[in-house]
Amino acid sequence: MAKTALQFRHNGRDVAMFVDGGTNLLVALRELIGDMTPKFGCGQGGCGTCSVLIDGELHLSCLTLAETVAGRSVETLDGMKDGPDLHPLQRAFADNFAAQCGYCTPGMLMAAKALLDRNPQPSRAEVVEAISGNICRCTGYEPIINAVLSAASGGRARA
Amino acid sequence: MPVTVKTFTSTSDAAAALSSDRSARYLGGGTLVMRALNEGDISISTVVRASDQAMTRIDATGSRTILGAGVTFARILAERDLAFLHAPARSIGGPAVRNMGTVGGNLFAPVPYGDFTVAMLALDAMVSVQGGLGGREIPIDEFLQSRDRQTGALVLAISFAKPGSADAFRYRKVARIKPKGGAVITLATHLPMNGSRIVGARIALGSMAPTPIRARAAERALEGRSLDTSTINAAAAAAVEGTLPGDNALASAWYRREIVGVHLRRLLSGQE
Repeated sequence: MAKTALQFRHNGRDVAMFVDGGTNLLVALRELIGDMTPKFGCGQGGCGTCSVLIDGELHLSCLTLAETVAGRSVETLDGMKDGPDLHPLQRAFADNFAAQCGYCTPGMLMAAKALLDRNPQPSRAEVVEAISGNICRCTGYEPIINAVLSAASGGRARA
Repeated sequence: MPVTVKTFTSTSDAAAALSSDRSARYLGGGTLVMRALNEGDISISTVVRASDQAMTRIDATGSRTILGAGVTFARILAERDLAFLHAPARSIGGPAVRNMGTVGGNLFAPVPYGDFTVAMLALDAMVSVQGGLGGREIPIDEFLQSRDRQTGALVLAISFAKPGSADAFRYRKVARIKPKGGAVITLATHLPMNGSRIVGARIALGSMAPTPIRARAAERALEGRSLDTSTINAAAAAAVEGTLPGDNALASAWYRREIVGVHLRRLLSGQE
């Protein structure tokens, strides 16, 4: 079966590849351009660890047909840090012990970034809602919620 | 297994491609079809898409609201005119699923999903469908009864009359995990009032049969009456009639039958 040419912006950089029909974006990111930050979890849209931003909007890369991102901007955790400097959200996750096994962390960080990009001072309830599509089996969520709140506008988030 | 992806600018071309190929599925937000492909569903060999902007149109200006099949739940939540649909839209998935999932796809979502369709059923929606031989409008309960045979047709839009008042439409999803998670059961009611009497009661249930269904016996218990305690009790007692729930990891069929009347009573009584 013929492959399809695909071009999109990946963390601010133009990338091009050939994909098989039906390839999902997660496979394209991990196997075709080597960005291993989005993880494969359930493949059903239930766990959120494959979350990425497409044109700034939170999407599940495992349920996104790769061809549908042609010409669009895809952000992953790999693009979050600035050289050696961690993003404030990453720093807050480290400071608040918000990662244990770490498998959910890429999706949690992207969900948190999607929230803070549009709502820099979220309430606790808004943080809970923002990460409600992401499953963590280690932390009990509280350290993650605290990390997002502490990253929000330097910790000035509303109660 | 690789599949063929066909993208069309016109809905009629997409509908023709769908109706001419039994192994073709329409890809909306991806939450159903991509999941099937990820699981290795070999019954799908062609994926059809349409880029026609009419598929993502929202018209909430007139007395009838029209939602294009490709409208996402996130867009519904962003529309003030659709405030009465915010509860069902918000009850679906997390933010990513709501950014992707569409009202058209939700018509095909199996138990324990399809919560938005329960709301549409309570609102007596019409489903606009384009087949190989042309377009037609189908009442939603008729559409759901023949849902398995509708995969060869392209759903264009769904339309419904707005509830007469904010209180006329009510929605409740019972789930193990809040705010996301599959439904134990889902309930939606539309109770138009003529003075103090209910006229044209509609009660829809999700996860109480293979597709969302109307609770017709409970509707009859409400029809022509005022919404007092005895009427609510009669409707709650009749809620289970005609249902055919199944067992799954979230709840047994027995449990669903036991609680459907309880939650209908709470919904009609305005309890949290």
